[in-house]
Amino acid sequence: MKKYDAIVIGAGHNGLTNAAFLAKAGLNVVVVEKNDYIGGASVSRNIHDDWTYSNCSYVCSLFRPEIYRNLELGKHGLQIINIGGGATLMENGDFLGSYEDHEVSRRELIRHSPRDADAYDRFSTDMAKWCRFIRPFLLRTPADPTSFRPRDIQELIYLGRKFYDLGQKDLHHFLRFFTASISDYLDQYFESDVLKASLAGSGIIGTGLGPMSPGTAYVLLHHYMGDMDGSVGSWGFARGGMGSIANALAGSLKEHGGEIRTGQGVEQIIVKNGKATGVALENGDEIHANIVVSNLDAKRTFLGIMDPKDAGEKVVKAAKNFKSRGSSGKVNIALNGAPRFDALPQGSDLVNGFIHVTDSIERMERAYDDWKAGTWSKDPYLDMLVPTYADPTMAPPGKHFMSVFVQYCPSKLTAAEHNGEDWTDKTVTAFGETVLNQISKYSTNFRDLVEHVEVRTPREIEAEIGLTDGNIFQGELTMDQLMFNRPFPGYAQYRGPVKGMYMCGSSTHPGGGVMAAPGANAAREILLDLKRPNTVPEDEGDD
Amino acid sequence: MTNNYDILIVGGGHNGLICAAYLARAGKRVCVLEARGSFGGAAATEAITDKCRASTGAQFLYQLHPQIIADLALEKHGLRYARRNLPTTVLATDGKHLTINHDQLTGENVSAADQQAFSEFMDEMQAFAKIIGKLIDQPPMDIFDLDWDDKINSVKLGWALRFGLGKTRMRELLRIIGMTMFDLADEKFDNDLLKGALSFDSVLGTQFGARSSGNVLKYLFRHALSNKSEMDLPYGGMGSVVNAIEKSAAEAGVGLRSNAKVKSIDVENCRVVGVTLENGEKLIAGTVISNTDIRTTVLDLVGSRHFEADFVHATTNVRMRGVAAKLHLVLSEAPDFNGLDPELMKGRLLIAPSAEEVELAYNAVKYGELSERPLMEISIPSLCDDTVFDGDSDGDGDCHLLNATVQYAPYALKGGWNDENRAELIERCITQLERYSPDIRGKIQHVELLTPLDLEKRFGLKAGDWDHGEMALDQMLILRPVPGSSRYNLPLDGLHLCGASAHPGGGVMGAAGRNAARMILKGEAK
Repeated sequence: MKKYDAIVIGAGHNGLTNAAFLAKAGLNVVVVEKNDYIGGASVSRNIHDDWTYSNCSYVCSLFRPEIYRNLELGKHGLQIINIGGGATLMENGDFLGSYEDHEVSRRELIRHSPRDADAYDRFSTDMAKWCRFIRPFLLRTPADPTSFRPRDIQELIYLGRKFYDLGQKDLHHFLRFFTASISDYLDQYFESDVLKASLAGSGIIGTGLGPMSPGTAYVLLHHYMGDMDGSVGSWGFARGGMGSIANALAGSLKEHGGEIRTGQGVEQIIVKNGKATGVALENGDEIHANIVVSNLDAKRTFLGIMDPKDAGEKVVKAAKNFKSRGSSGKVNIALNGAPRFDALPQGSDLVNGFIHVTDSIERMERAYDDWKAGTWSKDPYLDMLVPTYADPTMAPPGKHFMSVFVQYCPSKLTAAEHNGEDWTDKTVTAFGETVLNQISKYSTNFRDLVEHVEVRTPREIEAEIGLTDGNIFQGELTMDQLMFNRPFPGYAQYRGPVKGMYMCGSSTHPGGGVMAAPGANAAREILLDLKRPNTVPEDEGDD
Repeated sequence: MTNNYDILIVGGGHNGLICAAYLARAGKRVCVLEARGSFGGAAATEAITDKCRASTGAQFLYQLHPQIIADLALEKHGLRYARRNLPTTVLATDGKHLTINHDQLTGENVSAADQQAFSEFMDEMQAFAKIIGKLIDQPPMDIFDLDWDDKINSVKLGWALRFGLGKTRMRELLRIIGMTMFDLADEKFDNDLLKGALSFDSVLGTQFGARSSGNVLKYLFRHALSNKSEMDLPYGGMGSVVNAIEKSAAEAGVGLRSNAKVKSIDVENCRVVGVTLENGEKLIAGTVISNTDIRTTVLDLVGSRHFEADFVHATTNVRMRGVAAKLHLVLSEAPDFNGLDPELMKGRLLIAPSAEEVELAYNAVKYGELSERPLMEISIPSLCDDTVFDGDSDGDGDCHLLNATVQYAPYALKGGWNDENRAELIERCITQLERYSPDIRGKIQHVELLTPLDLEKRFGLKAGDWDHGEMALDQMLILRPVPGSSRYNLPLDGLHLCGASAHPGGGVMGAAGRNAARMILKGEAK
């Protein structure tokens, strides 16, 4: 049997990125994927007729431009289409528009609050500052603060210097930003409920937190990073759906001699004498390699495909305590025509961007209360996108695909109203109805256009992609699970508990989003251990 | 009477008095100015009826800095305890209560696994609390402005963190410090009552729920200065603690003026020159230390025109939002909590049946509403303190006082506080008590409820916030009260803070007063 240098388990975007960098360094790499298709949550699928659904992730704002350039993804067919602006729809029939043109956006803000229009400039400047500050860390391995190894000390000094360079005022401001709730943070700038709500959306997406939970301001930043870059990393669609990212990564991987095997789920990581030696597949085969990299989340990796004896008691306990609650749902809709949002002016370009349904932080927080109680939000926050305006390749001519991201939707139904019954097909449909009704309130022609609906609760997301509890970030982005704590203290440098075993999924620093940074960082660590030249780029800044 | 001092202190709460005592002992001529007729701020013993007196603000003593007790010889000056090392009993509606005594759990539903886990947990928390204690004991360190003391302290702290705790515990501390008690307790325990109690201790006085990150740090703060996390009930109520501090301050030569409400802190040529009282009297001093909160100090007493716009903006944005009310019930006889051992009734009682219930109660306050089933922290001081009643109201000698902190009742109640919603809150409290003590309603002779608005009016606690600014991560340590002013000085020459607005925040701890005094003396020594 052929022996490889490295096996990557899971062909999500991070697994593929990791494999591509390893292959580029000359390693003989194979990626094994349980599904018959690649991409993990970065996937395009034909669910209904001639429609292409980006049925999990739906934008690629965070994808690291350095990786895009280094792996020549453009050459391998990835084309990013810029998303401009968007609108937040209000219950009273009004809306708040966001335009690409700064002056137009400003005039629109003045319509809601002249004071906030001024504050918005200050807010944007501050956010840009925090993004610039955080960005270089995305492509670096977090230092272990308890370690005395030169590399960790060097990294800690780097961190210290970066903080020091911020200056006293900005450092303080940043610390507040890092620890505050998005609601409290926005209160320091703005008075308009709808503006606060429209900005707060990014602070809650994918997390089991409400806008009033401390720590959510950082989650906002995590999503904000995207619109900082030049053309490459700005909020954008991948032409042909999110699967194009995975396909381009696969193209790059294959160009460097890597191999992908689909339809081959991993049963267990084989460990001999404290060293990873390969994987046992569900079909009974074994593949051997001295390097085994798991792109699965920390729970699935250590509680699923590793023998607890190999993982060790400490890691098993940490994996059990790792928080990865599902909080989001997704409704994908095939439409027979363009939906018309009643609030927006006829022919407005705003429909090309994100359409949010929310008016106020309070409404979003109440949606979160439902989730805490163990049911889906009755008045959910929606983040809608119709990529087919910009990318007609995803639907038949004149028809549209609509992606609706729904916050909140729990992985288990525990509220009293469900009488102890977890998700069933009936409740999944009921959840979908809640979402469709919510959209109908803002679009009178929407219902008549619906051709097909795919409803995905965390249960479906877990079943299909293997994200534990359907958590889209492979584990929550809370303070106790970031940086050197991600996924667990002592294991934040991509190395697993046994020699030759690594992690490269979003469970590791810097976390979720279609960013590809964890995969790249893990590749750098592996190459370092192998004493091979590094192929992974550093952050190049935006200048 | 002289009107010329070295230092004037605005507000005679415990921090103001402690700060004054330390400064006077260092030879300063200090005067404390208190608006009310008595000192102590929210640490007060006051009349509830004409025959009943008890702690109307804070009620338990567990954080007062041991060094302060020793330095100011408070025991010599009359600090006495009605009862020490109080056990905490979490009440259950079915009578299967849970009692927490340091690291021991007793109760019908306590599993051996929980007992074991809890002992380990408390051991770990004690180790962490020691580190936090070091942080509390010194002014927050600003890496842009480190003096030699700071440098030495930071090395000591780093050493304690890495070698005192060891690698494993250091990692655990860095993990849990930003965590929620909801998750932490869930990782470790099964018992709902225990999880409820831990959650309660992590949210008391703050607009936090069980699921708010950062509440674990608040929990650690709570234990940082107490010996083995134990609580005491002072004899004669919290007012007697202040009396002891007051006596010690007087002995040190501090001028103490009550009924002296400060109207303004006066500024000339960009520096503080003294204060003007409501009655027009002017007092002169080159240093003025404010024991009131930062917003009142900066915006009301000094005036925003004396500060830069950025600082005023930051001050205006300090979140203060009181979430707790005080309930005082005079009962015709001792209450019965579903057969709770009378000995345990002398301890601290909690109504916080689970972490979920704590979170559920919290939901309301986010929207400016009252909790449907409020959480309560209860003492029955009359069981162990004979000063509570001055004779019995009904003459048969068995009256008792139930003293409860009730959460959540927002200061910013939607529609504002009025008689109707006050009555509603009382009703919700009594209904809640009835779940645990079914016959309590019939025993009530007198009810007093202090809403956060009442607490503001009575004790001058802005927005009813007894921490003078929420104890959330973004308002703690170097960020408290506002970034850049964490070292007890405000950006105006001669103006300082010594109250709960300053690090380390609220609670009858005294650390803010002591730290402020030390910093001011150090500043002069330079």
